[in-house]
Amino acid sequence: MSTVPNAPAPTSAQGAVVFPGNLKANPRLAQWLKLSPEGSVTVSPGKVEIGQGILTALAQIAADELDVDLSRVRLVPATTAASPNEGVTSGSLSVQDCGVAVRFVCAEVRALFIAAAAQRLGVAQEALAVEDGTILGPGNARTSYWELADEVSLEREATCAAAPKASSVRRLAGTPVPRLDIPDKVFGTPRFIHDLTLPDMLHGRVLRPDAPRARLLGLDETAARAVSGLVALVRDGNFLGVVAETEEAAEAALAALRAGAQWSEGEALPDENGLAAWLKSQPVETKVVAAREAPSPSAPARTMRRAYTRPFIAHGSIAPSCAIAQWSGDTGVHVWSHCQGVYNLRSDLALVLGLKPERIVVEHVEGAGCYGHNGADDVALDAVLLARAAGGRPVRVQWSRADELARAPFGAAMCVEIEADLDGDGGIVGWRHSIWGNGHVGRPGRNETLTLLAASELEKPFPRFVATNPPLATGGGADRNSVPLYDFPSYAVTSHRLLTMPLRTSALRSLGAFANVFAIESFLDELAAERGEDPLALRLRHLSDPRARAVLEAAAARAGWAAWRPREGAGHGLGFARYKGTGAWCAVVAEVEVAEAVRVRRLAVAVDVGEVVNPDGVMNQIEGGAIQAASWTLKEAVRFDRARVTSDAWESYPILTFSEVPAVEVEIVNWPDERPVGAGEAAHGPTAAAIANAVHHALGVRVRDLPITRERILAAVEAGA
Amino acid sequence: MADSVRFVLNGVERVVEADPATPLLSVLRGTLGLTGSRFGCGAGQCGACNVLLDGRAVASCDTPLWAAAGKSVTTVEGLSMPERPHPLQEAFIVEQAMQCGYCVSGILVSAAALLSRNSDPTEAEVREALDRNLCRCGSHNRMVRAVLRAAKAGQAHASAERGSAA
Repeated sequence: MSTVPNAPAPTSAQGAVVFPGNLKANPRLAQWLKLSPEGSVTVSPGKVEIGQGILTALAQIAADELDVDLSRVRLVPATTAASPNEGVTSGSLSVQDCGVAVRFVCAEVRALFIAAAAQRLGVAQEALAVEDGTILGPGNARTSYWELADEVSLEREATCAAAPKASSVRRLAGTPVPRLDIPDKVFGTPRFIHDLTLPDMLHGRVLRPDAPRARLLGLDETAARAVSGLVALVRDGNFLGVVAETEEAAEAALAALRAGAQWSEGEALPDENGLAAWLKSQPVETKVVAAREAPSPSAPARTMRRAYTRPFIAHGSIAPSCAIAQWSGDTGVHVWSHCQGVYNLRSDLALVLGLKPERIVVEHVEGAGCYGHNGADDVALDAVLLARAAGGRPVRVQWSRADELARAPFGAAMCVEIEADLDGDGGIVGWRHSIWGNGHVGRPGRNETLTLLAASELEKPFPRFVATNPPLATGGGADRNSVPLYDFPSYAVTSHRLLTMPLRTSALRSLGAFANVFAIESFLDELAAERGEDPLALRLRHLSDPRARAVLEAAAARAGWAAWRPREGAGHGLGFARYKGTGAWCAVVAEVEVAEAVRVRRLAVAVDVGEVVNPDGVMNQIEGGAIQAASWTLKEAVRFDRARVTSDAWESYPILTFSEVPAVEVEIVNWPDERPVGAGEAAHGPTAAAIANAVHHALGVRVRDLPITRERILAAVEAGA
Repeated sequence: MADSVRFVLNGVERVVEADPATPLLSVLRGTLGLTGSRFGCGAGQCGACNVLLDGRAVASCDTPLWAAAGKSVTTVEGLSMPERPHPLQEAFIVEQAMQCGYCVSGILVSAAALLSRNSDPTEAEVREALDRNLCRCGSHNRMVRAVLRAAKAGQAHASAERGSAA
């Protein structure tokens, strides 16, 4: 095939074409893109919109490469019936993997149409230009994508022979195009899965015990069966639910069922006030994450040792998880879900149901922000199980707020211990970083053991999956951002993954990076304080990566770091990381005031995500990430007694309010010709560290256990920290 | 148990046959099919379901239907005519004031209640007025900027109308 001459095609060192992003696993062009005779462009990504603005970024990329107006581009939601399999929308990888794939697909499709147009018009390809889908040649020669749409088949495999445009000639990528989904959301137009109504739809609710893994000992169904509008009562082992004609009837039946159910005690939970001791006393699987030996080791003069912890943290989506399922006879099931990976969910559903995956369609419908693996997948199985009793009618299941806060997976608690060997001048000559905690990933579709909540509740239960950690090469889990970014001559990183899991854990935004960066960056400040060195200078002294130095200097300049004027009860602090060691560089300066509680007044953030597809989208992600991280850092912890999770309402799981939110300023350090990397999780770890360091700067007190509440500060004062 | 309850919804008189104890939110989303008001917690703790009840922002999830009898209810769908968006809606678009947007309906309603009693709020007053609305994506500052922008636009509009009347 022919190509349009512009930037060079991507090749490896051996000269073979390198397939970018997720194109390698999904090479068929038609799976990604369709051009219609009516003049529309349909992009079909495998990634899903979760409020991060990915659909807009993809539309920008497609419109640029194809030379069409943005208004022609439509994005279809991911479905296992048609979309490319791009795994899970997570890890700040959507632009990096999916965006780059869409860019190459569009470049190749443009080239195919140019070739077809050249043939039809009898002119050289080089003489043709595209304007909003119209292909123009010398004289009056013209045709269009739309005229040629039936002629050019996209049922072919990508070759990646056509290189995308150079960054300098892109019109839309790099500009703050307004998000395509926002108008619907300000006018209250139905768009979320919660708003979806299907003909003859029924409503389901699932009853779960307060104590995790309690068994159903007895059940009086009389009152529930008497509820008007009840369609079915479903019981399969410890899985218990109702199906009714209306949502109110389903709620009433659920309440009646709750009153009639007797549960055993559950499995004992740990002591929430002794998390570090508990984490370090469990059976573990130990892994050496990374190690470097100094070529000429120097003998340490002394060793400094500190331990840091973070609690279990809830995703806390504002919308409770929701799904709809509909069986056609007993042969197959259609599922509408706001999960992050339609194929992954389908694969676990197939295991539970003993069905071939082809019998199941999982179609994505937008939900609220999820911030990782929340209850979205679990509620989908709930809906599928309840819909089996609905005679072919669709069943919509919505979790309660208590389900969402107390029964969805949590971000794992962690204990991080750091030891640094210091030479006579206080220079770091050795560094040891040890992690204890549950695994950070229990997502469906990745393991032989399935991970959906109801699967372990059935009469014939599936074994419970104990969360694991992905390998560091794909971003890691508990060990994410544990390998030092600083130029230490030697280091060793060890991760201990718990083999018990009394509280179910899975992916929460940034996984282990939040605690690891909090620990490393707090430790560096402790060291700087001991040496009487400026924390910025200490970091720069140990950093040779120019892009790392650039964000630190940019954040410090923005915050006026050097011009700080000390005042009573106020302080500033710094935090830095390159997310995953391979993603975005981000530095944060926090300014705090401490009176009754810690008030973060300002966060100055500098970020480098390589190429910026949508600057306002990057700003929005970074601002949002920083504010969410401030909430985790100051307020959030899953609360529990020895029997049950007690933080099952917003009153018992408070998050940052409008009046408590700091001013956030974001500076993007732009590298338009560098590979784009994600922005969604880059600010979390640096923000936590910056706040902790600012609190120390304000009070001279070091809080090493998150969240940094008034009680924790008083405890640290008591302990003389 | 069902009763006939009459109220004005987004400017139109409606009669609903339902148990008067039913949460107003269920009636709006279910019986009346207006899904702009969101279910978030069912306990009046997040603000996603906020509606105006005689001009005051209330959580419709823990407001029983009977409490709306004879009153005026405005949901996010009723803040504007399709051809003329509310200044708040325009400002939220200009400021790109959200990520996932699930909390936005309730926040627009709380902000509309604020602007109707205080057309020129300070930033602190805007934050205070939104303190009972939760946002999990961290879009707070964008939303505050949008409310302040809408307040300015509303004043400009009001002074233009005064000008043309004079």
